[in-house]
Amino acid sequence: MTGTRPVWDEKPGVAGQVAKGTVLTAVVLVVVVPLWVALVTSLSSRATINAAGGLVLVPRGIDFSAYRIIFAGGQISQALWVSTLVTVFGTLVSLLVTIPAAYGLSRPGSVGHRGLLFFFLLTFLIYPGLVPSYLVVTGVGLKDSLWALILPSALNVFNFVVVRAFFQNLPAELLDSARVDGAGEFRILWRIVLPLSKAVVAVVGLFYAVGYWNVWFSALLYIDDNEKFPIQRVLQTFILAGQTPQTSGTAVGTALPPTLAIKMAVVVVTVAPIAAVYPFVQRHFTRGVILGAIKG
Amino acid sequence: MTRVRSTRRRAPWRARLRRDWPLLVMVLPGALLLLVFHYVPTLGNVVAFQDYNPYLGDSALQALVNSPFIGLDNFRALFSTPAFWDALWNTLSITAFQLVFFFPLPIVLALLLDSVMSRRVRAFVQTIVYLPHFFSWVLVVTFFVQMLGGAGLLSQELRQAGIEPPEIMTNPDTFLLLVTAEVVWKDVGWGTIVFLAALSTIDPHLYEAAAADGAGRWRRLWHITLPGLRPVIVLLLILRLGDALSVGFEQFLLQREAVGRQAAEVLDTFVYYHAITTGDYGFGAAAGLFKAGVGLLLILLANKFAHLIGERGVYARS
Repeated sequence: MTGTRPVWDEKPGVAGQVAKGTVLTAVVLVVVVPLWVALVTSLSSRATINAAGGLVLVPRGIDFSAYRIIFAGGQISQALWVSTLVTVFGTLVSLLVTIPAAYGLSRPGSVGHRGLLFFFLLTFLIYPGLVPSYLVVTGVGLKDSLWALILPSALNVFNFVVVRAFFQNLPAELLDSARVDGAGEFRILWRIVLPLSKAVVAVVGLFYAVGYWNVWFSALLYIDDNEKFPIQRVLQTFILAGQTPQTSGTAVGTALPPTLAIKMAVVVVTVAPIAAVYPFVQRHFTRGVILGAIKG
Repeated sequence: MTRVRSTRRRAPWRARLRRDWPLLVMVLPGALLLLVFHYVPTLGNVVAFQDYNPYLGDSALQALVNSPFIGLDNFRALFSTPAFWDALWNTLSITAFQLVFFFPLPIVLALLLDSVMSRRVRAFVQTIVYLPHFFSWVLVVTFFVQMLGGAGLLSQELRQAGIEPPEIMTNPDTFLLLVTAEVVWKDVGWGTIVFLAALSTIDPHLYEAAAADGAGRWRRLWHITLPGLRPVIVLLLILRLGDALSVGFEQFLLQREAVGRQAAEVLDTFVYYHAITTGDYGFGAAAGLFKAGVGLLLILLANKFAHLIGERGVYARS
């Protein structure tokens, strides 16, 4: 679909059109080229990589051996598994905490509403600091536990505000009539409110999921056992700090794929879940984000 | 802010409790999480006034009770540490630089996108430019190393052309440009969302009337579009100012090794390297508390200023 230009708006000249097109193309390329290079290099054979002198821009054949190595067990497979666990459980926990809290605080005038809402929103202004947070998380025994990556950030107050604003905009008559019919609050939330809130739950769920998938610093702080490293931690030690991860020794007889291809394969599998999920949720962004920004 | 409906208010407390207890049950888990992981650490900042020793008890709480209070000694030590002032200076100069060279870019990109007539082209560009916002800093830095680093694509191509490639990822002198480029790459697209939404709320009749009065494209931009964006711009500026002492913590932690402490140490990394890795918790907490205090002060001042110039700000005057 193409929007129509209002009659009073003069059409831009050719030079303007060209300039605009060039800038937008450049912006898109700057984002896409690094992703493309990572993808193509990860699928290249040793010969292709050697011929290119390193990173590959133009694909010549497809070679999955780098992916076979990283999925064959060893540190990267383990880290992908850890990150998947943390992302799935973390997102579930976060939604199970955020949605009821947002609903429970969506009705001004209920018992304790003012005080509790203040208790939630005050966290925007107060920053506890790294050291005390570290002492509390280790103090409650979460050192080297994957829960340390989940619980401290399980409730994001910004997400809470977004969901709450959405609930407050639902038609009140609908909820009131359900109440007259004798439905309890839990039932109303589950049967009436949630089915109407798929968009906001999708957006907030994506925000949480991405947060858990991307968790790095918490893992640096709290996880010493490298069996429990999430993928970002492995990506950092492997690519940025230049260590070689242990892969399982299945490649007997066959030549190992080049390290560069393995590195880029790790980059690709780190990007892939985000790139796969995000387009489906993207159309709800504006609504979710703006609602929160305005109400907050 | 929240207006209380009078009919609800009038019911006695007990009756409201009988009616509303399920709501309280729903709020409870979230409130508990905030209590344990936000408010308890906030109170835990007392270690900033202690010679905190984690070995003075079996638990952090016991150690806290047993550690001696030393007044403002940690702050004195902090303020007499040159590395702290370096970190503060780095943080503030990065904030100022990005306020000038990053902050306006999403506005420009939003205006550009808004002027694209084809919805399909616009949606495509948006899909692409929002994506990096969802990448971790590890990934963003990885992409920059891969493209611009010593073994990256740029160096590789330059070397093949017989040119000695410049050091981009490890040069402390240009580090400010590098981190700003990374922030632009990651978040310029995402930053447009708010402005695009604000643009769509501007009444088209205003443009039409201005055009009828003979105002050209640029005059309409100056007299209608920018004033329409003003509340959002002010709001975001306040939020950014309140966050002036935080600049992409993970981003700097990840690159500190490569460019060195002198350029890449910011307040957050200072706390990490002077408290968590050394166990000097009281000292680090003092730095954290300093940061939180200044941050709170800045956001209150900025908000006050917004009210003075007649904007709504982050929270309403009450």
